[in-house]
Amino acid sequence: MAVAAALLVAGCAAQDPAATRDVFDPYEAENRRMHEFNRGFDRVLVRPVSKGYTSVVPDDIETGVVRIAENLSLPADIVNNILQLNMRGAFQDTTRFLVNSTVGLGGVFDPASEMGMAAPTNTDFGETLHVWGVREGAYIELPLLGPSTTRRTFGHFFDLFTNPLTYVLDSPENLVGTAAGVASGLSRRERFSETIDQILYESEDSYAQSRTIYLQNRRFKLGGTASAGYTDPYDSTAAAAAGASAVLEDPYEE
Amino acid sequence: MKSEPTRRFVTGGALALLGMAALGGPAHALTEARARALVDQVVSDINRVIASGQSLSRMIADFERIFTRYGDVPIIARSTLGADANRISAAQLRAYTDAFQGYVARKYGKRFNEFAGGRIEVKGVREVKSWHEVRSVVYLRGQSPFEVSFLVSDRSGQDRFFDMVIEGISLRLTERTEIGVMLDRRNGDIGALIADLRNAG
Repeated sequence: MAVAAALLVAGCAAQDPAATRDVFDPYEAENRRMHEFNRGFDRVLVRPVSKGYTSVVPDDIETGVVRIAENLSLPADIVNNILQLNMRGAFQDTTRFLVNSTVGLGGVFDPASEMGMAAPTNTDFGETLHVWGVREGAYIELPLLGPSTTRRTFGHFFDLFTNPLTYVLDSPENLVGTAAGVASGLSRRERFSETIDQILYESEDSYAQSRTIYLQNRRFKLGGTASAGYTDPYDSTAAAAAGASAVLEDPYEE
Repeated sequence: MKSEPTRRFVTGGALALLGMAALGGPAHALTEARARALVDQVVSDINRVIASGQSLSRMIADFERIFTRYGDVPIIARSTLGADANRISAAQLRAYTDAFQGYVARKYGKRFNEFAGGRIEVKGVREVKSWHEVRSVVYLRGQSPFEVSFLVSDRSGQDRFFDMVIEGISLRLTERTEIGVMLDRRNGDIGALIADLRNAG
């Protein structure tokens, strides 16, 4: 796996375009087809099921299920934190996992947060690749999972291996994490339903909206260097005349 | 006793001069304190709207008032048009700015009911390039806190925010994408865009 990862680092770094802060979407036609599929999937299945699930299941149980899923995702986060040499994050997530798994009865409750412990790092192998210097790559819309990038897609693949629980748990038990993950996905769909509906069903071009929103948010999460590609809008008119790229104009420049 | 205020004044004045020197002269007239003061006002106004529990239409009207009072609406609207802003007339740009303002107020103002029982806290300010970024955190019931930044500039001649960035997602850049597509689908017809924008959001 280390060799494969090393090859990946080299490969991604080489194929990446120079303009990393803009949207790089060479597979737009395929992505748009996948987006339409995902949108249909959401409309006929995810959205109605999430509404049913959240209205039928009592709030306390729903919250418990979300917490179980979050707790079971911590071991993989700890591994990724170590790979990122983020020892502080690894320590915080480990403490949270130990406290919530024991005092919190297997993660049903969240005493760690009630005790004021640090928020979970919520990381993934895509972030590990970022820390290792792999560039973002192209924008990709994945089936069911939705917006992603080349780097994040490889991250999803490697995260099949970074979760220690998959090695520890046997056949029926390891489905608990998956089931809780799906259920908490439904809870999230309903909690953010106004935002998601606005993007998917009320915007002029839901594909373009999801793409820009996903990339802005992902870049913010990975390092907070969001301001790097952001220019002062008061500078923009001059930049536009000079033929600068659309995203980088400063609207205040005249 | 009587000399106390005088000494404080002198010390304060000296510190202010040092501060100005450190900032590198009058090019950066907007200070962190002023940027923060603006956002403190925005946030206290928003918190008042959230706490008021009034009807949706009143919330939208209040949000529009906050947006126009503290935000630089002309530059935000103009920048969402990109290079197209240069080819339209001043009257068209005014009409567009007006339509855009109502659209933003409806689209984002109607989301305020999700903030019921929540609050926003200003956390800090830093200078970024030619503007100031004021960070705040939104606390909502039963949800992890999330970050909202206001980007503040005085390049319009007044201290105004020119963007709201929620967890890295810029309102201005996101609307720029949306408006760009709308204009493309209307074959660049700014009149059609303005007409549709008046009913959108």
